[in-house]
Amino acid sequence: MKEAKKEEGFLGLKKSNFNFDIKTYMMVIALVGIWVVFTFLTKGTFLTSRNLSNLFRQSVITSVLAVGMVLVIILGEVDLSVGSVLGLCGGIVGILDVWVGLNPFLTIVSTLVIGMLIGLWNGWWIAYRGVPSLIVTLGGLLGFRGVLLGVTGGTTISPLSKAFNYLGSGYLPEMVSNVLGLGLIAYIIYYRLHKRKKKKEHGFEVSSLTLEIIKIVLTSLLVAMFVMILNSYQGIPVLVIVLLVAMAIFTYITKNTVFGRHIYAIGGNEEAAELSGIELKKSKLIIFMLNGLMAAIAGILLSSRLNAASVSAGDGAELDAIAACVIGGASLAGGIGNVLGAVVGAVVMASLDNGMSLMGAPMYWQQIVKGLVLVLAVWFDVATRNKGE
Amino acid sequence: MEYILETKDIIKDFPGVRALDHVSFQVEEGEIHSLCGENGAGKSTLIKVLSGVHPYKSYEGQVLLKGTEQKFSNINEAEEQRIAVIHQELTVFEDLNVTENIFMGNEIETNGIIDWDLMYKKAEKWINKLKLENVNPRTKVKSLGMGKQQLIEIAKALVKDAEILILDEPTDSLTDSETEILFDILNDLRDEGVTCIYITHKLDEVFELCDSVTVLRDGESVGSDKVNNLEKRDIVQMMVGREINQRFPERKTDIGETVLEVKDYSVVDPENPDQFVVKDVNFELKAGEVLGFSGLVGAGRTELVNSIFGAFPGEKSGEIYLEGNKIEITSPKDAINQGIALVSEDRKRFGLIPTMDVKENTSLAALQDFKESLSLNHNQEISKVRDYIDKLNVKTPSIREKVSKLSGGNQQKVVLSKNLMTQPEVLILDEPTRGIDVGAKYEIYKLIQELSKQGVAIIMISSELPEVIGVSDRILVLSQGEIAGEFDNSETRVSQEKIMMAATGGN
Ligand SMILES: Nc1ncnc2c1ncn2[C@@H]1O[C@H](COP(=O)(O)OP(=O)(O)OP(=O)(O)O)[C@@H](O)[C@H]1O
Ligand SMILES: [Mg+2]
Repeated sequence: MKEAKKEEGFLGLKKSNFNFDIKTYMMVIALVGIWVVFTFLTKGTFLTSRNLSNLFRQSVITSVLAVGMVLVIILGEVDLSVGSVLGLCGGIVGILDVWVGLNPFLTIVSTLVIGMLIGLWNGWWIAYRGVPSLIVTLGGLLGFRGVLLGVTGGTTISPLSKAFNYLGSGYLPEMVSNVLGLGLIAYIIYYRLHKRKKKKEHGFEVSSLTLEIIKIVLTSLLVAMFVMILNSYQGIPVLVIVLLVAMAIFTYITKNTVFGRHIYAIGGNEEAAELSGIELKKSKLIIFMLNGLMAAIAGILLSSRLNAASVSAGDGAELDAIAACVIGGASLAGGIGNVLGAVVGAVVMASLDNGMSLMGAPMYWQQIVKGLVLVLAVWFDVATRNKGE
Repeated sequence: MEYILETKDIIKDFPGVRALDHVSFQVEEGEIHSLCGENGAGKSTLIKVLSGVHPYKSYEGQVLLKGTEQKFSNINEAEEQRIAVIHQELTVFEDLNVTENIFMGNEIETNGIIDWDLMYKKAEKWINKLKLENVNPRTKVKSLGMGKQQLIEIAKALVKDAEILILDEPTDSLTDSETEILFDILNDLRDEGVTCIYITHKLDEVFELCDSVTVLRDGESVGSDKVNNLEKRDIVQMMVGREINQRFPERKTDIGETVLEVKDYSVVDPENPDQFVVKDVNFELKAGEVLGFSGLVGAGRTELVNSIFGAFPGEKSGEIYLEGNKIEITSPKDAINQGIALVSEDRKRFGLIPTMDVKENTSLAALQDFKESLSLNHNQEISKVRDYIDKLNVKTPSIREKVSKLSGGNQQKVVLSKNLMTQPEVLILDEPTRGIDVGAKYEIYKLIQELSKQGVAIIMISSELPEVIGVSDRILVLSQGEIAGEFDNSETRVSQEKIMMAATGGN
């Protein structure tokens, strides 16, 4: 018994930390691998700052959807309606902005509220009426697209007002980008050292200072590179900023709040979660509302980027979002997944799209490769997970 | 001498733990060989090696069957050699019926088409053989209690017509009478020449049923002998490495004021709305008191406590008072907020979140305590979890280990820790020592006494009569949903006969 304990402090804890790190870093390494391959195949065009900037802008819509979707998946449910909700909300932006002439701020607020109400509708049927999420949101997939067709009469609405243009195609000035980047680095340093100090105060063993510093330097470098690359083109796209803020908020929710822990518990074992005092219905309702909100944000961003609202906007986007989450390590059985992974998954998919278009590969190849990558990613996850057994 | 089954120097490592350390183990043909050891000693791991769950190459050493080495790469290959296993955790398919479960994987076919008539007929025979009352071949398994589900699971292994039958804590959720039925069957099988490996924490069973015993401790085999040459004390000593003189700790409690009062409480059967599973129950529970609930399986004990806790679907009537105030509990959350905690009898289904680690499972019900403004204070959480893990002596390589990787008994301790962390005023324990070894049982009894000394009011449901009698201050016996007897157990201990009498409806 004694010896087993000794191991707990030394081997056990370290090992599990290591495992956790590996999973997150593995994704990033895979992404870098894909980039390297495309850089070779496109003779360097892929890695230009202009293209990378484009790539990030392209991935934003799927990423934003994935950030919301991953919560739903962790919960053990699925939401097929987000593509249509995205389209509908994008259309509403067009109507309010162009046809009604409402001011942009009010337009955005109303669209977000509508997105949440749609989420409320989905969530109510699922949580309080016990209809499976697959069915409710499949209904939504059909229904909300229908509503969009009805309200816009099938026309494309454009052009949007200036504010939306800035949101969709604007860049932060270099100065601001730099300040943000430096601020983030300062925060990372403070956060990691503070966390280490707190751990020490509690008498927990901490990793060596050198290792900590290496980690801090690496993450800071990553941030600095990110800012520098984007600055050497036109600056950080406003779209990307929106995504980063959403990511930060949702990562915080999942990792640091009671509510976040509850989502994982429900997805892992609903019955046991309920007996531990978790309110299933309320939690489910809130998650679907949040997901509706994210779909609305994605709708606003897409219309802004295209400077138009069209009826086909977001067609099939729900599948991209689900694929992104799964590539990012989420399990459709529930209980497993994280926000960062989902966004990396979305960037992986966008990279495949972007790289292959640069190579001039026909559309059908893009779909085939994306499909293959999805299957391979999950196979890899399953294979490495079973090894532990 | 040739053994029917033998292992040589088996080593099995998991990340951070060596589960088996050079285990050599021999089983003679036609015997019932018991495997004993503390929680986490490696018993289940050993049989998983024997039965192909842990495939060849994932361990070191040899598995020999009648002298020839076996290299099972999966369960099917072991089954082909006629080794059948009843695992510790239930693996029934709840939405399928009894017949479908019994023949799962062994469906009877004629010309490639499933012969349902024959299967239903055979299932009927098994049901009779296992004396399953009120069960027919088409009953959905979901609607059966854990004991009956376990018997179905046993039937599922028996139809495989095995030469070597391995049972991992099969009587865990069986009542005494169900256990007798199982023993009869096993004795018959022995007469037919079937070899059994039988894992249990209940030493009485070893002496009643088994021929030989092997004891594992911390992954090593510490001894093996014929049961006739041994006494209980010897086995316990081998298991824990020291002598345990007492089975139950001293009870010295000051019983305080009434904490919980339940009046005219009835619960309707959700499947059969015109029947009651609990009827006109009245009882009170005092601070610092341990109230034992005894009765046969199906007597309504679990339904009663679950309903009080807000976790039973059947409609209820009656009143509950907590410290004199009438309370309404509509969900487990209400109950926990009021200071009531429930450790459910089915840890896999109602206790654990398999995707989460030990830390997250332990703190789940008490998370609100670690809230600082919006955030969780992770460090505080870890400290608190470690406190409880140490106090209950949970054996795990780290608190970040997935709870599903712990041994059965240690999982049970995690569920207990989770509930203790909410610091309840009223603690309801439904079969709290299921699957827990002798040493750890004593620890849990001690914990129960300690908590009651601190003034916690405790309800303990247990199907083990000695346990109820050894731990409770007062015992209520339920029979068919009604209170059939109340015994004061504080000064002199009630006899088992009296309780049985009340439970079976005699007088
Ligand atoms: N899949 C696994 N992954 C990691 N560790 C495991 C796994 N299975 C078992 N272990 C570890 O191996 C050790 C032995 O576990 P095992 O389940 O064999 O114990 P046991 O003797 O059956 O105990 P119990 O009486 O509690 O059922 C334990 O420390 C357990 O945590
Ligand atoms: Mg076991």
